[in-house]
Amino acid sequence: MLRRLYHDQPESFAFTDANLAWAEAQITKYPEGRAQSAIIPLLWRAQEQEGWLTRAAIEHVAEMLGIAYIRALEVATFYFMFQLQPVGSIAHVQVCGTTSCMICGAEDLIGICQDKIAANAHDLSADGKFSWEEVECLGACSNAPMVQIGKDYYEDLTAEKFTWILDELAAGRVPTPGPQNGRYASEPLSGLTSLTEYEAGRDDLNASARLAADIGDTVKRIDGTEVPLLAPWGKQSGKGADAEQPPTPAEEPTPKPAHAQKSAQAKAKESPGTPAETSEQPAALVEEAAAETQEQEPELLSAAREGGADDLKKISGVGPKLEGVLNDLGFYHFDQIAAWTPEQVAWVDARLKFKGRIERDDWISQAAELAKG
Amino acid sequence: MLQDQDRIFTNIYGMHDRNLAGAKARGHWDGTKDLIGLGKDKIVEIMKASGLRGRGGAGFPTGLKWSFMPKESDGRPSYLVINADESEPGTCKDREIMRNDPHTLIEGALIASFAMGAHVSYIYIRGEYIREREALQAAIDEAYENGLLGKNAAGSGWDFDLYLHHGAGAYICGEETALIESLEGKKGMPRMKPPFPAGAGLYGCPSTVNNVESIAVVPTILRRGADWFAGFGRPNNAGTKLFAISGHVNNPCVVEEAMSISFEELIEKHCGGIRGGWDNLKAVIPGGSSVPSVRGENMRDAIMDFDYLRNDLGSGLGTAAVIVMDQSTDIIKAIWRLSKFYKHESCGQCTPCREGTGWMMRVMDRLVRGEADPEEIDMLWDVTKQVEGHTICALGDAAAWPIQGLIRNFRDEIEDRIKAQQTGRVSAVAAE
Repeated sequence: MLRRLYHDQPESFAFTDANLAWAEAQITKYPEGRAQSAIIPLLWRAQEQEGWLTRAAIEHVAEMLGIAYIRALEVATFYFMFQLQPVGSIAHVQVCGTTSCMICGAEDLIGICQDKIAANAHDLSADGKFSWEEVECLGACSNAPMVQIGKDYYEDLTAEKFTWILDELAAGRVPTPGPQNGRYASEPLSGLTSLTEYEAGRDDLNASARLAADIGDTVKRIDGTEVPLLAPWGKQSGKGADAEQPPTPAEEPTPKPAHAQKSAQAKAKESPGTPAETSEQPAALVEEAAAETQEQEPELLSAAREGGADDLKKISGVGPKLEGVLNDLGFYHFDQIAAWTPEQVAWVDARLKFKGRIERDDWISQAAELAKG
Repeated sequence: MLQDQDRIFTNIYGMHDRNLAGAKARGHWDGTKDLIGLGKDKIVEIMKASGLRGRGGAGFPTGLKWSFMPKESDGRPSYLVINADESEPGTCKDREIMRNDPHTLIEGALIASFAMGAHVSYIYIRGEYIREREALQAAIDEAYENGLLGKNAAGSGWDFDLYLHHGAGAYICGEETALIESLEGKKGMPRMKPPFPAGAGLYGCPSTVNNVESIAVVPTILRRGADWFAGFGRPNNAGTKLFAISGHVNNPCVVEEAMSISFEELIEKHCGGIRGGWDNLKAVIPGGSSVPSVRGENMRDAIMDFDYLRNDLGSGLGTAAVIVMDQSTDIIKAIWRLSKFYKHESCGQCTPCREGTGWMMRVMDRLVRGEADPEEIDMLWDVTKQVEGHTICALGDAAAWPIQGLIRNFRDEIEDRIKAQQTGRVSAVAAE
């Protein structure tokens, strides 16, 4: 299915400090050099933070993981949970419409969305508070029909109950998720037919609803401060360190949360491309940092020479925006670019928003060709 | 009926303590070290003897699958990948394990990984299960804190890390090679086999992909013995199984029962019967959306296991996701909705599936309205046969089977509707 990026995109994206720390911890789940594996969790957290997935966020995540933008774009457009257009400011409502829910009344729920929110899926409601879509099976079929709102499942719905939930949300209240017909979880409504032993002492909410109630983030934009960051795996479990350095079993495992927090804060304060602090940084950042240490400023011009500036847009990969940036830095002519040394490339690279593009598109040979006339 | 003491998932409704202390009180994590002490070969042998067949739909013997993993590492690590991408319409059983009884899965992951020589395991959970992910991660964190995961996990001498990874809404990632692609951070497009994952899977290393339920039953099978597990169900269909019943029964639910239970007993005991009585039963999809539907009158005496449903009814047990439809259901529309599902979820890699699913959905769309010629039913049947078996993965087959089941079982209804539409059209013209 063809899915495109939204026509109106924000300029930039940055994770909040806590979300960045979370994201960096996720990358440590995968083997050395396999940071790309973390792309879905990172894109998802970016969406949780903003409500939808912007081009800037996709590019930001690609840079964090050291992969080409197209690889990140492929993932963002392939997986349907990524909302590529703005969603309602309060909530995006996902109605399960697949067979089990359909035969139990999902079409009525969709009708309510069309009446109360917008005639078409993915359109914003008139007040901008809601959007909706019909999604494929959400895996709560014994509790059909159901919808997902934000992080939570509202199950065993009727048209009246669903209308009420939307009204409550519009009024700024979040109804308790889970079954809405008095059931606890997925047991028979009329009473337990098995496992009766534990019924008496049960918590008043099922496992999912309990988390929703305790954390209170059903329709919240996630900034990473909702729950403490835990990452007990890998080196932290003592295993990785031991495998690499067998003779030092006494080595103290670094507590990940504090550590990640620290590096995240440090990064947020400084400019992009700050030298990486630890060996656990994604490979791209390490490379970036290494490049930065060898930077050297090229000769800059305050204005174009006589005869006017060259059309730098002729270099494949340079558009009007990038041309402006290059002019501002002090580059107006092909021969200037053709003469860059690797250190100077690093200097320019650090000042462009598109890291690595100079080498990827081979500007220097292109400029050398163009300089010949 | 299965007794509570023979149920593996004793907290499937989450009414008991859901954390580690509760799991231990229910008998999990009991003597895990000794189970691992049995050794790899012995564990695989017990799993084979138990007769456990994969719970993810295909029903491949789990012990046999494990035995395909290399005995000696050639330098590459081995991985256990647990498929928690539960998205087959009708299926909602793994969700209950992960949010309510997560320690069965975590303990199973440790033992299974040991048995196949893996120090690392990834659980790939579907993206929509956000609370389930939080619940499972909390249980994993708790297990680390108590030394049950990590270095020398559970005192077994085996170092083991368990990571939870999630998807973002693609049914196809439930296919094992698509899941591996997705876990590597790419689009979830299935790989050609061979090489099979046991030879070159995740990151090109030997990997085994198992369903959540298949892994979560492992510790209990080892503790209680292969004979105990094999004692339930008919030969070749051993064990207990989580059934997820949805649709037009009085009390839809998820429940653990013995394999080979009769459909009638399952529905009467746990679901309060068919809505409107047995005469009101029209059709049943006994194993999730990918298996053909069965006419109601053939289902009442059906035995709910792999062999009976396949050999006697031309359907399948699949994930044991039972979708029940009464006489009020528009069966053509119900199957059309599945066609729409498969069209939506086709990854687009193979032409027969990418084009075929859309084509089949559009014909089904006209059949729902009766705006078709009777010959088109045969044409649709032909197309399903063109798609079936001509794609890299089984999604093409899965898209074809529900339609084949519909034509096989409800052809009269499709023809009636076409006829009604045509006569309606004719009489409307005549009336002018």
